[in-house]
Amino acid sequence: MPPSALLETRDLGCIRNDRHLFEDLSINLEPGQMLLVEGPNGCGKTSLLRILTGLRLADSGDVLWKGQSIDGLAGDYYEQVNYVGHHDGVKLELSCLDNLRLARAMGIPTDCDLDRILEQVNLYAEGETEVANLSAGQRRRLALARLLARDALLWILDEPFTALDRDSMGLFTELFEQHLQAGGVIVMTSHHEVTLPGNVVPLRLGQ
Amino acid sequence: MLQAFVFLLRRDLLLAVRNRAEYMMPLLFFVLVITLFPLALGAVPELLERIAPGVIWVAALLAALLSLNSVFRSDFDDGSLEQILLSAHPVSVLVLAKVLAHWLVTGLPLLLMTPLLAQMLGLPAQALPMLLLTIFLGTPILSLIGAIGVALTVGLRKGGIILSILVLPLYVPVLIFAASAVENSVMGFDVSAQLYMLLAFLLLSLSLSPWATAAALRMSAS
Repeated sequence: MPPSALLETRDLGCIRNDRHLFEDLSINLEPGQMLLVEGPNGCGKTSLLRILTGLRLADSGDVLWKGQSIDGLAGDYYEQVNYVGHHDGVKLELSCLDNLRLARAMGIPTDCDLDRILEQVNLYAEGETEVANLSAGQRRRLALARLLARDALLWILDEPFTALDRDSMGLFTELFEQHLQAGGVIVMTSHHEVTLPGNVVPLRLGQ
Repeated sequence: MLQAFVFLLRRDLLLAVRNRAEYMMPLLFFVLVITLFPLALGAVPELLERIAPGVIWVAALLAALLSLNSVFRSDFDDGSLEQILLSAHPVSVLVLAKVLAHWLVTGLPLLLMTPLLAQMLGLPAQALPMLLLTIFLGTPILSLIGAIGVALTVGLRKGGIILSILVLPLYVPVLIFAASAVENSVMGFDVSAQLYMLLAFLLLSLSLSPWATAAALRMSAS
């Protein structure tokens, strides 16, 4: 096992409804690398991401973080993970700032000011607006703003570009690049044709 | 960790204020059920006085059951639950914040409404403090035990019925000891045995339920 690997899987397998989605999946991600998971609908992309977060248990194999199994690490692992899933995970009845404030308190907060973060994702003017009044793309941007509010090495993103316009996609690709350059790791799925930065490791599922 | 606890508690209270109508339902149910009893049974003071503790406690228990599903439902649906489970802090602590918020918006109003309803049923004045004390000790137990049940069933599409079957048997001891405490105090007997039992239930559920709930949530989310 190379000591430099941050995230590693060993012979990972996932079964859903008696169907083997994937088997013997071994991944090795080093600092600055991005794993891009591709494949048709229902091939297990989201399942793989949820297994990597620890939300879902793998049917076989192990997920290792810095050489240790994530089952044993629990909280020590979760504080290293920023997960933006299929659902935005924001409360419609609350303002952007309220949502972001809680999201930041849930992890290890970055030094970044909340207003500053909203400014970065172009939501500064909507700070006090209830999320219910925002568009789908704006909600997605708010969900992704969590990445800036919580300090974590591993970003796990399920279709981060859904509902985003071209400018926002550019904005977040830039953020991803900065994160990778800072030694972070990203695992994401995407159906969008984007030029992704840095050291991309493609993974095709469902073949 | 304390900050996350406070923010989560604050968020749930804010959400309750924004969704007032939904959270008024259990309280309204509580008041209506108790109001209907004198109407159906007739204005017989001796009878009403006799059944008052039981009626109030049964209504409180059903009201608590009615309000349970809201604890984790919306969090499960909008993905907030995943964020709670992936928090850097112990999930049990965050669960406790959610249960506390749930009790503040559903249990506490029952407590505040009880003196009025007890008066209406003609409960003797000397038994009122005891009734309030049992509600104060008992309703948090209902929220804490209920949270485990909700956490287990939140992933099911039609979890409502299973939830009742799961949780109701665990509520029965609380009902028995609480109602019997009030009844004894109406008749002027000693009630310390029942109160100690209630207190023991409360401490037991307070110390065990957050962990059980956290584990059940992890199961439901996967």
